[in-house]
Order: sequence, then structure tokens, then C-alpha cells
Amino acid sequence: MYEAPIREPLILGDKTNHEITEDICKPIEGKANKYWWWCFIASVAALLWWVLCVSITVGEGIGMWGINNIVDWGWDITNFVWWVGIGHAGTLISAVLLLFRQKWRLSINRSAEAMTIFAVICAATFLLTHIGRPWLPYWLLPLPNQFGSLWVNFNSPLVWDTFAVSTYFTVSLVFWYTGLIPDFAVVRDRAKTKAMKFWYGILSFGWTGSSKNWQRFEEVSLVLAGMSTPLVLSVHTIVSMDFATSILPGWHATIFPPYFVAGAIFSGFAMVQTLLIIVRKVLSLENYITTLHIDMMNRIILVTGSIVGIAYITEFFIAWYSGVEYESYCFINRATGYYWWAYASMMTCNVISPQLFWVKSLRTNVTFTFILSIVVNIGMWFERFVIIVSSLHRAYLPSEWGTYHPSWVEVGIFIGSLGLFFTCFLLFARFFPVIAMSELKTITKSSSTQAKRAALEHGHSHATHH
Amino acid sequence: MSKYIFAVYNDEDVLMQNIKPLRSHGVRIKEVYSPFPVHGMDHAIGHKRTRISICAFIYGIIGCCLALIMTNYMMITDWPMDIGGKPSFAFYKNLPAFVPVIFESTIFCAAHGMVITFYLRSKTLPGVTAFVPDTRVTDDKFIMQVECNDHAKRAELTSLLMKHGAEEVKDYGK
Repeated sequence: MYEAPIREPLILGDKTNHEITEDICKPIEGKANKYWWWCFIASVAALLWWVLCVSITVGEGIGMWGINNIVDWGWDITNFVWWVGIGHAGTLISAVLLLFRQKWRLSINRSAEAMTIFAVICAATFLLTHIGRPWLPYWLLPLPNQFGSLWVNFNSPLVWDTFAVSTYFTVSLVFWYTGLIPDFAVVRDRAKTKAMKFWYGILSFGWTGSSKNWQRFEEVSLVLAGMSTPLVLSVHTIVSMDFATSILPGWHATIFPPYFVAGAIFSGFAMVQTLLIIVRKVLSLENYITTLHIDMMNRIILVTGSIVGIAYITEFFIAWYSGVEYESYCFINRATGYYWWAYASMMTCNVISPQLFWVKSLRTNVTFTFILSIVVNIGMWFERFVIIVSSLHRAYLPSEWGTYHPSWVEVGIFIGSLGLFFTCFLLFARFFPVIAMSELKTITKSSSTQAKRAALEHGHSHATHH
Repeated sequence: MSKYIFAVYNDEDVLMQNIKPLRSHGVRIKEVYSPFPVHGMDHAIGHKRTRISICAFIYGIIGCCLALIMTNYMMITDWPMDIGGKPSFAFYKNLPAFVPVIFESTIFCAAHGMVITFYLRSKTLPGVTAFVPDTRVTDDKFIMQVECNDHAKRAELTSLLMKHGAEEVKDYGK
């Protein structure tokens, strides 16, 4: 396929198709290095802490948390929204960028989708623990029961959420797995040991790479991308409706759906940056995840960060302009009240910091991007904390006013969920191909360094002939 | 003795260019195996367009209908709910609140139905033994599966394939 030679290459280092296979299979076939083991041990330690804190919650009840009658959603729902938002970037990269035929997605879509799956698993653990009786999760589903049957209330955004998150999780999972099948086949066909041949043989589902299968594969990818795009937008829209359909000042806002979706993509891309900057270093994939890829993602962070900034300011303006005194009080209280420091952190991290990405040298600076991606994720966590806690702690009646501080169990579950996430991601990086090599090989003839050089030389010889 | 022989190519463009000339010599190409999807290959060797997206559409309609029936039965017929003194005893009045659930069910059925159909039709399931003419086909080689029923003509067919860009011609296996 023709591509302008002046466009920067997406694969560096004159890689042939065979070298791509070698480079991407190396981390799976070799032994894990000591960085991987250190990260893995730390993650599993955090995961064990999560098991302890969740056991305490399940055994003793959610009274072990800091939430109370006034502030009845605290870190649990903050963490749920944070995690589910992070997941959105994976789907955006693999589905929306596929529909827009953006080739730079090819080096990053696999790990971004893995991030989606693990982030949604983390989000789901908060849904399960916050219901208080996690052994009754099927009460969220419309199943016949001995109470009537008393069905779930389909007018409730919390029921929409059950449908949205479960559909999103399962569809993302099959989308990711279908893409993995041809790459598992690559590992299977290269396997030296019997164990690897056996396991990757099962994982690859007997993939052959026939043109009929590729034809179906491409159609399935395209249609799944087409369905995942409205799906991913619906998920955070519905999450925002958990708040927006209530009458609480600070929650009752029509701006919420687009503002939440933009925020989700913003935080998700930040998490992709955090993960990929580590992955490219540890697995030596700098030729595939280049500064161009980092630059592209930073541009999306800049755009979505600006949307989020405008949303904050609009919200504040409308609170005053509407003339509703409860709404005005809520926003003044957010900025200057008991939780002013959370609001200040949110504004600094989410509105001011991404604006630095207007500068190209910062956008292409790996260390700076890494630091800023963490800053953005902290900011997005505070955004959810501000929305949830600052609105709840000052409701309509002064008799419903109170404060909230998390208990160590709540903080432990959050830190533990990071352990769960990183344990899953490290296992993924160890046993699964982290780059969609079968898809990446489609651009070696158009977007690799050797292809660019050939196109330029061809252009020059063409010019001298005339 | 296999009914097929396999021509190995290094380059997808070379393989593609030689499909037409080979066919005009009466060579019957059964299938082409490649490490990545080659644009236009399915059409070149005469595969019909896949109908899997039509299946997805039908599954989506089924999912949508199931959700319509479910919400109507549960919320309107079986146990109408009076919420905040605002009962919705007519389906069309309550429908806007059901849209998210109906939408999610539509996507759920369409996506999973399509993927299951894809796995079944392509015979890609856990435990299936792969048909791999050469293990390099998942790495960087492109392999043309050619019908060769008459063993006597094998040498002739081989030289024809070699003349048309093939790097080697071989039987099934490593």
C-alpha cells in the first residue's frame, strides 16, 4: 500500500518479518530477567494485601471502611470509576483507531487491550466488594427468584451499569483473544519444548493462516471494532448516569456523559503510556514502540485533557449561571471547602499539566511523558474523589453534612487492586506476545525504515531520469 | 501420498502476481497460507465474500428482540413498578429507560454470536490440531496449496511453480 515517504516510519531498525517474529517471541521463549521478578514479587505482595483487606471486608462487612451514612460512597466507587475509565483507552486504540485506519495502533493495541481487560477486572472487584454481600452478585441479574419473582429495576442506571460493564468486559475479552490466536500460532510453530508446543497449541485454537480464515478474521475484527466503538462510549456514559440521574448538587448534570468519556480516554491513555514506557524498555521493543507512538498518544492526552478542562470550567460556570444556590454552593465548597486540596490536585494534574504537551520536545521526551502519565492518573483519581465525596458530604440539608476519611482497609484494597492489575499485566508480558506481530507484519512493506528509504531512493532516481 | 503439493514463496506480492498466470496453465490453487492477512488474496484465489457480518446482524436483531421481550415482561406485565409515584404501565412510555439495556443486549448477542460462528466455521477451537503445511508459514513464508492428483505430473508441476516465483515445492510437513 502506498504511503508518503516523508511520513515517519512506524518500525525502526530495518526489521524484516522474520526479525519481527524473533524480537516479539524472545521475551516469551527466554527466561524472565531480574526486573521482571522484582516487579512480579512486589505485585504479588500487593495482591496478597488485597486478599487480606477483601477478606476483612467480606468477613466483617463494609463497616470496616470509613464510609458512613452521609458519605456512603467513598474510595470504593472512586476506584471503580477510575479503573473502568482506564480500560477505555484499550478499546479506543484497538477499535476506534482501526475504524480510522490508523496504522500506529498496531504496535500498541495488544498491550492496551490487555490493560483494558485487567482494568475492568479490577473495577469489577470494587463492584463486588461494595455491595457488602459479595456472595449474592447474581441479585444484580434479572433471574427468577423466590420473592415473586421480584425483578431488577430496569429504570435504574445501576442495572444499566451491570449490563454495560459485563457486555464491555466479555466483548473486549473475545476481541482481544481473537486477535491473539494468530500470534499464539506463531509461538506454537516456533516452540522448542514439548510443554510450549502443547500449551500454545491449545491457546492457538488450531489456527492455520489460510486466506479464508484471514478473510473471516479481518471481517470479524472490523465488525467487532464497529460494535465496540458505541459500546465503549455507552459504558462510561452509563457510569456517569449513576451520578447524573440523581438530584444531588454536583451530580445532577447533563454534561456528565461526554465529560466522563473524555476523562476516561484521558486517564486510559496515561495508563497506556505508563505501561508501554516500561514494557518497551524491559522487553527492548524501542524499535516498535517508538517516540512517534508516544507522541501520538500524547496528542490524544492533550486533546482529551483539554476537553476535561473545559468541562470543569463549564460546570463551574453553569453552577453560577443557573442561579441554583445549592449548585453554586456545591462548587464553591469543592474549591474552598473541606476537600479543597482534592479539588486543587485535580485541577493541577488534569487541566494544567497536559497543556505542557503543546511543546513538541516534551511530547517526544520519554522520561517526561512517563512522569506526566502518572500525574494524569493521580489527577483523574482525584476527579472521581471530588465528584463523589465533595458532593455527598454537603447535601441539601445541613443535618446531612459530614466528613469522610478512608480506613486502612479501603486504602489497602486500592493498593491491592494495583497489585492485582500489575500481576496480571506482568504475566501477560511474560507469556503472551505483547505486540500483535501478525498485524504488524502488514506494514513492513510500507512503514518500516527500509521501505521508507527505498521509496525515497526510488523518488530520487525518478527525478534524475527526467 | 498427498493429494496436494505446497509451493513456498518469500514475498506476498510475487505470489499474488503469479496466481493468474498459474491458473491459466491449469494449475488448481486450493488455498494460500500466510503469516498475515494479504489484501485481496481471498478474492484472487476465488474465495467468496464472507457472510459473517450478516450473521452478526441477525444475532444483533435476536439480542434486541430478547431484550425488548424481557423488559416488557418483567417491568410492564409481570411486576409493574411504581417508582416515586410515577408508574409506567405502558411499554412505550417506559421504553426510553430501557434503551441502555436493549442496546447492551444487542451488542452482546451480535458480538458473541459472530465470534462463536467465526470459531466454528474456521474450525478454530481449543484442542484442534492445526493444518500447517510448513511451520515457517506463521513466521515469514507464504505457501500456495496446489492440487496434484496425478503423481506422474508432479515434476512438471513443480518446475512450472518454480518458474512462477516459488522458492521451493514440498509435501505437507516440516
